Amino acid sequence: MSISVKFTPKFYMRLSLVLAILLWLIVSLIDVLQLLAFKSGVDLEIGREVPILLIDCFYVFIIIYYRLRVKEVDGGNFVDLLWRVFATGLVTTIISLFFKLFYSSIGDSALAENEFLKIFVDGVSRAIISIFLISTFIAWKKLILYQKSRRLIIYWNVFEWLVIGSIFFNLTGLTFQGSLAFKITSFAMAIMAIILSGNLKWVAYLNFKQKWKAILLIILITIYVFYFFAELYVPPAESLALINTIDNLFIITLFAFLLFYSVFSLLVILFNLPTSSVFERKMEEAINFQRLSQTIQTGESEEQIFDILLTSSMNAVYADAGWIEVNKDESTTQFINRNISRESINKVKEQIFSSKSRTVMKNPLSSSNAETDRVLVTLKKSTFKSVFVVPLTVQNKVSGFMYLLNEVSEGFNKEMINIVNTFASQASVSIENFKLMGEAISNERYKEELDIAKRVQRALLPEKLDHDEFFSIHAFTIAAAEVGGDYYDTFKLSDHRFAIVIGDVSGKGTSAAFHMSQMKGIFQSLAQMDLSADEFLFRSNKALSQCLERTSFITLTYFILDTNSKTLQFARAGHCPTLYYDKSKKAAEYFQNKGLGLGILRNDSFRKFVHVNELQFDKDDILVLYTDGISEAINAKGEEFGFDRMKALLEKNAHYDPVMIQKIFISKLYEFCGTKDLNDDYTMVVIKFN
Amino acid sequence: MIEIKKEQENNYLILSVEGEADASSAINLDKAIREAFDEGHQSILIDCTNLNYISSAGLGVFMSYIEEISSNSINFILFGLSEKVLKVFGILGLDQLLTIKESKEEALEALNGI
Repeated sequence: MSISVKFTPKFYMRLSLVLAILLWLIVSLIDVLQLLAFKSGVDLEIGREVPILLIDCFYVFIIIYYRLRVKEVDGGNFVDLLWRVFATGLVTTIISLFFKLFYSSIGDSALAENEFLKIFVDGVSRAIISIFLISTFIAWKKLILYQKSRRLIIYWNVFEWLVIGSIFFNLTGLTFQGSLAFKITSFAMAIMAIILSGNLKWVAYLNFKQKWKAILLIILITIYVFYFFAELYVPPAESLALINTIDNLFIITLFAFLLFYSVFSLLVILFNLPTSSVFERKMEEAINFQRLSQTIQTGESEEQIFDILLTSSMNAVYADAGWIEVNKDESTTQFINRNISRESINKVKEQIFSSKSRTVMKNPLSSSNAETDRVLVTLKKSTFKSVFVVPLTVQNKVSGFMYLLNEVSEGFNKEMINIVNTFASQASVSIENFKLMGEAISNERYKEELDIAKRVQRALLPEKLDHDEFFSIHAFTIAAAEVGGDYYDTFKLSDHRFAIVIGDVSGKGTSAAFHMSQMKGIFQSLAQMDLSADEFLFRSNKALSQCLERTSFITLTYFILDTNSKTLQFARAGHCPTLYYDKSKKAAEYFQNKGLGLGILRNDSFRKFVHVNELQFDKDDILVLYTDGISEAINAKGEEFGFDRMKALLEKNAHYDPVMIQKIFISKLYEFCGTKDLNDDYTMVVIKFN
Repeated sequence: MIEIKKEQENNYLILSVEGEADASSAINLDKAIREAFDEGHQSILIDCTNLNYISSAGLGVFMSYIEEISSNSINFILFGLSEKVLKVFGILGLDQLLTIKESKEEALEALNGI
């Protein structure tokens, strides 16, 4: 069978206890043996040091045991710790009293004279008293080291090692009365104990009730300590003169330290009793403050924030009544009131306005705005003698006021005003965050809507462009925003006739996108009627006049392509002039015909401004339709991409197919601008005749 | 950015437009012209010498007054347009509907000739 031993703190704790008990038994045995030997006149030749050393080791093991046993104190379990100390003391006292009672009951009988019994009783009481002293010592250590600093730890460690060292001082055999070194050392350690006893931070963390409990427990513990001291100080019977306990430096130091610390804490707790409510209130304020800042996360509304603000503020300043009024919109004001009716509110407000005794406090955050000043008003003919008015600002605007009322005059001191101001600003921050959160959510929704708009608009532009074997066509478009105002489309008029359109709506973004969709509707409707180019523009203008905003217009070029007769008829409504490459001349040019944007003249006189052009095309001629996003794109120097550059580009690359031409144009455009992020929508449609 | 200076000279009002008339600044341009119209000026000159750029939104502002100009027989003359700006007016066809002159002298000549 194998025993597996785990070297855990618990193991060491038990080991030290067992060793301590063993040592104590050995010492008792030696005492008995020595007594026997003394009686029979035999010298056992056991040195004087041996039992002393053994008892010293006993102390050491008890210290180790308690060091491992007493856990760190945290938060509010100081009273528990004191309670355990008290319980240990109680057990010790009961045992000690029991012995006393026992002795008094046996009186002068033979048993009372029995020296073996005396040795045993004395041994037990010495052991339990030292156990009590050591356990209290360790408990006090935990209290002293609560909220420790590095210096305190060093200081304490020095003290503790000195105390442990003092255990072995009795090996020297010096006595308090007889030795100066003893006196000096014990005096020095007493001074150290006093200094250490100044560390009483834990007292501040007790609430009122806990303080009373602590006082009671410490008084009892102090009584024990006194009792044991008296017990040990009484010179023991002659037979025990060998071991004079009180002459032990270790025990004296422990007594001194325990006593000092008990008395100190007792006094400090006692003096702290009246102020403990202040401390508790401060804690409550901190908690309220936290509640105010946390309300948002729990999804509470503005109203609840104001509610918490009013409650916390009233508690903080001991207000008798109060209310918050918040301007919901122009006409409605919301009231949150406490201990005051709506009628009284109106009465008090009247008195506030008429009162001449008012102190204005500038808001340090917005000193320029008189609206945000806090006002302290003293009333005369009212149940409430003093009023504190705090404006509540949300996003730099005063959105309401908090009124705190007190039945005594000058009921608000500077401290109170400060805390209320802090509460009010925290509430403002919370509400601001609340609003921002709402805005962020709705922004997210708008973004989604915009995404939908983008998809819908994408669908308005044709995926496949109508054409036949006599020409190839390719289109490309990019919008600066999610949605844009550029438009192109085709319509098959008959087997060999095609309508092609390119357009640009004034402005950008959503409004342009709406007008663009109207244009799509108009094109798809009118193209079916197979109108001439000028008639198409005239009717489009008429239709758009009814639906475009006052400052909006649409530029457009409308083409009718006949692959049978190889003719191209077109009319321009203020749109960028079309670029045309003539294969026979090996040159490109812009169609410079007159025209006027749609929606500019919203009457029949528009017809005068429309001109129709017609031309004959040949194989390999190229038509480049585009929007001003390309021609007017500017580079960092402010230069336009411009007509000349486009013309040269087309002439140079006329041998390519439409897709390639478009790619070259756009890559050259990006190269020119130095960025792909152009500020406008840009579109191009390339047609090449076969 | 756009800056509009308003000046009353003799029998006409002169609005000097400086900077760029784009989507964001067009509102200011519209406000200035609207004001001039509401004040009942019969002769309004627009000095575009320092107008560097005009977007479709800027054009939209001028466009929106065309009918009011003709129906109230107001002398509304633009002058000093840069080549670039003039070209934009031309492409859209606005040059056919608005009186555009090269210089202030020409603009005044046109004004007094009427």
